[in-house]
Formats: sequence, C-alpha cells, structure tokens
Amino acid sequence: MFGNTDLQQLVFGRLTLDAIPLHDPILLVTFIVVAVGGVALLGAITYFRLWGYLWTEWFTSVDHKKIGIMYIVLALIMLMRGFADALMMRAQQAMAFGANEGYLPPHHYDQIFTAHGVIMIFFVAMPFVTGLMNFVVPLQIGARDVAFPFLNNFSFWMTAAGAVMVMMSLFVGEFARTGWLAFPPLSGPAYSPGVGVDYYIWALQIAGVGTLLSGINLVVTIVKMRAPGMSMMKMPVFTWTSLCTNVLIVAAFPVLTAVLTLLMLDRYVGTNFFSNDLGGNPMMYVNLIWIWGHPEVYILILPAFGVFSEVVSTFSGKRLFGYASMVYATVVITILSYLVWLHHFFTMGSGASVNSFFGITTMIISIPTGAKIFNWLFTMYRGRVRFEVPMLWTVGFMFTFTIGGMTGVLLAVPPADFVLHNSLFLVAHFHNVIIGGVLFGMFAGTVYWFPKAFGFKLDPFWGKVSFWFWLTGFWFAFAPLYVLGLMGVTRRVQHFEDPSLQIWFVIAAFGAVLVLCGILSFLASIVVAFIKREELKDVTGDPWNGRTLEWATASPPPAYNFAFSPVVHDNDAFSDMKKRGYKRPLEGFRAIHMPKNTGAGIILAGLSVVCGFALIWYIWWLAALSFVAIIATTIAHSFNYDRDFHIPVEDVVAEEDRRTRALMATGA
Amino acid sequence: MANASHAAALAGTDEEPRFYVAEEEGHAAGGTLLGFWIYLMSDCLIFAVLFACYGVYGRSFAAGPTPADLFDLRLIAFATAMLLFSSITYGFAMLEMERKRKGATLMWLAVTGLFGLAFLGVELYEFNHLIHEGAGPQRSAFLSSFFALVGTHGLHVTFGVIWLVVLMVQVAQRGLVAENRRRLMCLSMFWHFLDVIWIGVFSYVYLLGVLQ
Repeated sequence: MFGNTDLQQLVFGRLTLDAIPLHDPILLVTFIVVAVGGVALLGAITYFRLWGYLWTEWFTSVDHKKIGIMYIVLALIMLMRGFADALMMRAQQAMAFGANEGYLPPHHYDQIFTAHGVIMIFFVAMPFVTGLMNFVVPLQIGARDVAFPFLNNFSFWMTAAGAVMVMMSLFVGEFARTGWLAFPPLSGPAYSPGVGVDYYIWALQIAGVGTLLSGINLVVTIVKMRAPGMSMMKMPVFTWTSLCTNVLIVAAFPVLTAVLTLLMLDRYVGTNFFSNDLGGNPMMYVNLIWIWGHPEVYILILPAFGVFSEVVSTFSGKRLFGYASMVYATVVITILSYLVWLHHFFTMGSGASVNSFFGITTMIISIPTGAKIFNWLFTMYRGRVRFEVPMLWTVGFMFTFTIGGMTGVLLAVPPADFVLHNSLFLVAHFHNVIIGGVLFGMFAGTVYWFPKAFGFKLDPFWGKVSFWFWLTGFWFAFAPLYVLGLMGVTRRVQHFEDPSLQIWFVIAAFGAVLVLCGILSFLASIVVAFIKREELKDVTGDPWNGRTLEWATASPPPAYNFAFSPVVHDNDAFSDMKKRGYKRPLEGFRAIHMPKNTGAGIILAGLSVVCGFALIWYIWWLAALSFVAIIATTIAHSFNYDRDFHIPVEDVVAEEDRRTRALMATGA
Repeated sequence: MANASHAAALAGTDEEPRFYVAEEEGHAAGGTLLGFWIYLMSDCLIFAVLFACYGVYGRSFAAGPTPADLFDLRLIAFATAMLLFSSITYGFAMLEMERKRKGATLMWLAVTGLFGLAFLGVELYEFNHLIHEGAGPQRSAFLSSFFALVGTHGLHVTFGVIWLVVLMVQVAQRGLVAENRRRLMCLSMFWHFLDVIWIGVFSYVYLLGVLQ
C-alpha cells in the first residue's frame, strides 16, 4: 500500500485523479463544450487535410506577417476566455445579495477574477499589441522581415505556451486565487499550498521569455533595418511608439522574471524573501512587481496611441499635427512610466513625502498624454474626416480615454487614494483606460490593417455595430462601478449584504451583455467580410488612401514585402511618393535573400509546456527530462547553419507581374 | 559600393527623386551583436533586482549566521582570480580568432572553460559547505538573497561553459566562418559581462559583508 503510494508519487508527483474537477458542474460543462469543440476543430483540420498546410505555412513560418496574424488570433481566442470570466463575475455580483449566495462559491470566484486579469493583460492585450507591431513595423519601415526571424517564431510559440498553461489549469487542478499580481504572503506556500499559484508562475515565466525576446527583436529591427533615408524623425508614429514600447519591454520584463523567480524559490525551495518570518518582507514583492507593472500599462497603451496617430492622419487626409511633439510626448511617457510605481500602494505606509513625490510624477504623465489628445484633435481640425470604422474607434477612444485619464489623475492624489484604494472606482478607472485605450486601439488597428493582411476590408456594417455596442456597453458596465466605488464598495467581493447596491450591479451586468454583443458583432464583421470578400476586395494595396510605406506594397504583401527597398525622403513616405508621381518599378527584379522556416520554435515551446506542467505537479523526472530536451534541442538547432535561401528572380517576377496585371484590370 | 548607391538614391537631385534602391546589399549587418547586447542589458536588470534584494535583506540575519561568520575571503579571492583569468584567456582566444588561427583559438577557449569550471567548483564547494553548516537558503532572508544572487551568477557561468563547449565543437567542425566568429563575439560579451557582475558580487556581498 505504502510502496504503491510512493511509486505513484514518483511517477505522477502530486497529480491525482482528484485534480480533474468532475465535482464542479460549471467546469464539467465547460470542459465538455471545449472538448467537443476541440475534437470537432481537430477533426475538421484532419478531414480537410490542413495539417501539412498549417505546419509549413504557419506554425513553422518565420514571416513576420504570419506571426503577427497568429498573435492576433491568439489574442482573440483568449479574449473569449477572459470575457467569459467577466460575464460570470458580473452575473455573480448582480445576483449574490442577502440570502442569495449566487452560483459561484468563493474559491471558484477568486480563481475567476485572477484568471480574468491574468488572461486579459498577458494573453489578450500583450499578444494583440505584439501581433500588430510584428505585422506592421517591418512594413512601415520598408524592411523585408524582423532582425531575428527565428526568434520571432519562437517568441510567439512561447507566448502561446503560456496561454496553453493557463487554459490547462481550468481542467487539471486549479488556478491561483490571489488576484492577478499574486501578492505574498497570500501567494506564498503557507496560504496557497495548491497548484494554482504554480500555474500562474510558470505560465507567466514561459510567456515572459517570448515577450522579452520579441521586445529585443523589434528594437533591433527598428534601429537597424529602416529603409534608406528614414531617419529617426521620419519614422511613422506607430513605429515610434513601438520602439518605445519595446524598449519598455526590455527594461521592465526582466524585473517580472526576477520577482516571479523569487516567489517560485519561496514556494519550491523554502527561501524567505516574502515570508512573514526569518527576515522576509512581502512589501519587497509589491514594490518589485509594480516596478514592472506600471511600465507594463504603458507597454500596452503606447502602441494604441500609435494606431490612433496613423488612423487620425489617414482618415483626416492630413499630415499628423505636431509630429515632433508626438514623438517627444511618447519618449517622455516612456521615461516617466518608471517613476510612478508607488502610486499603486499609497496606503501602505510610505509616508507623506514619498507619496507626494509619486503623486506628482503620476499627475505629470497626464501632460504629454494631454498633448497627444490635442494633437489628434488638431489633426482632425479642418481635415476631410472620413468616419470609417477605424476612425469611429479613434473618436470613441478620445472621449472614453480622456475621462479614464481624469479619474486616474484623481486617484493620483494620495488623500483621495486613501478613500478609493482597492475600490470599484479603481476597477472602473483601469478598465476605462485599458478598454477605452488599448482595446479600442487594437480594434482600430485591426480594422485599419486587415485589408493589408488579407486583401479585403472587414465588413463596415458589422464593424459599426460592434463599435456602438462596445462603446455603450463599456459605459453601462463601468459607470456604475465608479458610483459604487465612490460609495466605498471594494473589489473582489463575491457576496453583498446591502440590497440598495444591487441595482448598480444589475446595470453593470447589462453593460457586460452589450459588450458581448460587441464582441459577437466584431466576429460577425470578420465572417461576413470573408463571405463577401469579392465585394470588399482591394487590389490597389492602398484601400484607405494611406500615408505610410505599408500601403505601397500589395495586399496581402508578398513574402519579401518589397521587391526593391523603398527610399524615404519625407515623413508619410508613401504620401510623398504618391504626390510626386511615383511609378511602381516593373523590371530589373533580383533574387531576394530570405530566412528559412523552422520547426524549432514550436518544438521548444511544446517542451516548455511539458516542463512547466511537470514542475507544477512535482513530477521531477519529467521536469528534468524535458529540461534536458530543451537544452538538447537548442544545441541541435545551433548546428543548423543552413538558415537562409534566395527567392529566385523568376518567382519575384511572377509575383510582381501578377500584381501588375491585377492593377491594370482595375485601371488603377 | 553599396554606400555609393545609397548616396545617389538619397541625393536624387539631378532629375527625378528615387523612391527605391535598385542595387540591394542585403540585410544590415551587426544586428546580432546589438540584439545580444540588449539581451545582456536585460539580464543586467535581473541582477539589479537581485542586488537590490541583497541590499534590502543583507542584514536580515534572523538571529542566524552573518557574513563574517560564513565567508572565507581567501577562498573567494581564489575563485575571483579564476574568473578574472578566464576573461583574459577569452580575450586571447578572440585575438587568435582575429588572426584566423583556429587551433590557438580552440586552445584558449579550452583554457577559459577550465578556469570557468574551477570557479564553479569553488562555488559548489562553498554552497555545500554553507548548507552543511546549517546556513542554507531557508535559514534567513539574508541567506535567501545571498544564494539567489550568487547562485544566479553561477547558473549563468554554467550555461556559459556549456555554450563554450558547443562553440568549440562548431569551430572545430566548420572553422572560423563568419557565423562562428559572430557567435564567439556574443559569448565573449556574455563572458565578460559575467565577470563584471562578479566584481559587483565580490565587492558588495563578500568584501563589504566581512567588513561589517
């Protein structure tokens, strides 16, 4: 009997059949739905013989455009999961008053709000932003790919591996019940002995490798691979904001890696970094994680600012107002983002002087941000504004984000923060800036660059429906939380006593349903566009009368992006080219040097999932084995010196001739 | 030549402005070194966090042993010498690489690896000794942060040695081709970087610790 248990522990660690939540009907139903859906999807791929196509054309691809698209697909899938969590929370809080306990027990509710936060930040917003940067930046700077194409593929798969681990926790074991930043001592071994926090740590560590490497990759790409003539102050604003974001990634994510490693040591080795005894200090964790955490919110918002800058100038038919001030504002925000982290815990006893310093630095950030808002407004002023879908998102953003920014300045006042800390007012504020800023920006960017990626526009009707549902849904869902927060209701509460609060939660739940309609309409705009793709087709490669280089090439762009590297003379390079009568070159093509596809990225990421899973469940032999396999695969990959090839000149000529014929057919 | 064509493209003043480069020179070189350097700076931030932790926890002995009780400076001086010598010998390897002398490059790389192993041996001996004295990472926050900082550095050196061996095999197989020279440059930066970190560790953790 005992011998048996030992053997079982040796082989399976702490993984037992109890880890599969058969006792929880909600999870069981979810699992059945996911399993049926998953089997159907895999079956369909097998039936249509798509595995080979997916493997060679997508999974192993080092093409930045395909990797960018895969990032955005990942973000949209995870958005469904994160939003399902949100709906469940809204439903619970709308009903759990007085005698009614709602349908989610506390231990389940706690997992849901943790998973919601982790998923929305790390596996929706981050891949969305990274995907957009990956797709757009090389095209905007006239490059053929990123600086390290293999690393790019590897980064994507590491991010996806982290997402897989979070999803796994739904059906094998549990997720953390600590809130999205897993503060100790709650997340330490004494109060969270289960696997939840370990899932959290390893999912973020694995995804973090991908994020850091893609940050390095894009910084080098922007610094080293710009088209001739594109000096720093001639870069499109989206590229500028991407550069700042990736600098922030490189400078902030190592701190997250380090602090999560220390938490991991506390849990696995029994060290005393964040424990309450033997000299440990949990506040060290809180400081360190916010030193990463605050730059992180600017990592997310800066690319969105970049999108809005591109969209506003394109759809106003004007050069962006105050380009230089836009660039400097971005750089100032980048620097200031490191000087404000303490405003996340004004209440934790740092004293009046320290709090004032961080309160003031926080308020100062609103100055460059305000400058940006005015620049966008002045760009629209006297422009011929076309209210296409990306422009709607932009105007909705300016309205929503300004209010979110003002509540942020309010929270930056330490005395006010003492009242509002950890309240629903705070929850409303950060959703206000992340939905109204980041998400609206990503939607604007997706609608704007979709025709570049696929050669046809998204359906404008459903796009507009989606926008209006999101905008109204957002305000219905979060305006009540501002009110509740001012009344003193704290966040992360599973059940309420005071029945007078209920109406506000019901309104918020209604708002969440409107947002659901927004998400469904967005998906509808993709499906309808696919059905009507002939009608919505764009052969010119320039459907919006764009101003930057990505619109100079075909839609979708050929693998090599540009048959000849463009030469830049002015800001808004493509606008300049069009104005001065640029003729597309029709001859003199040459073979083009490109990187080869490789499966190493997906293999390494798969091994990382195995290793992480084994570490979470204390299956030490498997952890050791998969770790050795990771090292061995890396070394084996380094023995492959045959990493590039030339696209033969005939293929380039054929590709370009096809475009010439298509352009002639439309008379463009 | 490439530069000349760029200049012509940029000037473009004679007649029509040029909007594309007809003669291509391929991908910009030097990206890898810049990228690797940025990676090192991100790694440096990890060490910065660990140093900060040591700064905060360095006096949290929890009634346990203090640096003066634990550290043997002569041993650490020896380990430091090993690591510093390994940086010098790596420099010799790079000089030989510049002279395109494969055999000498490999020889100096091997010497570097041996110095690295000697350093790691001393570190393992020290850790083992501390843990057996009851001064393991669980004993106090001071020891937790000590083991995390010094251990992370040691882990880096370990991976550096593995990388070094792999590169020696690759140089032996293919010679000092451009890819291998680039890789040797990257490892060179990595190796010297670890030396710089160690100087910080030696001064801040060991020397100041014993002085206290």
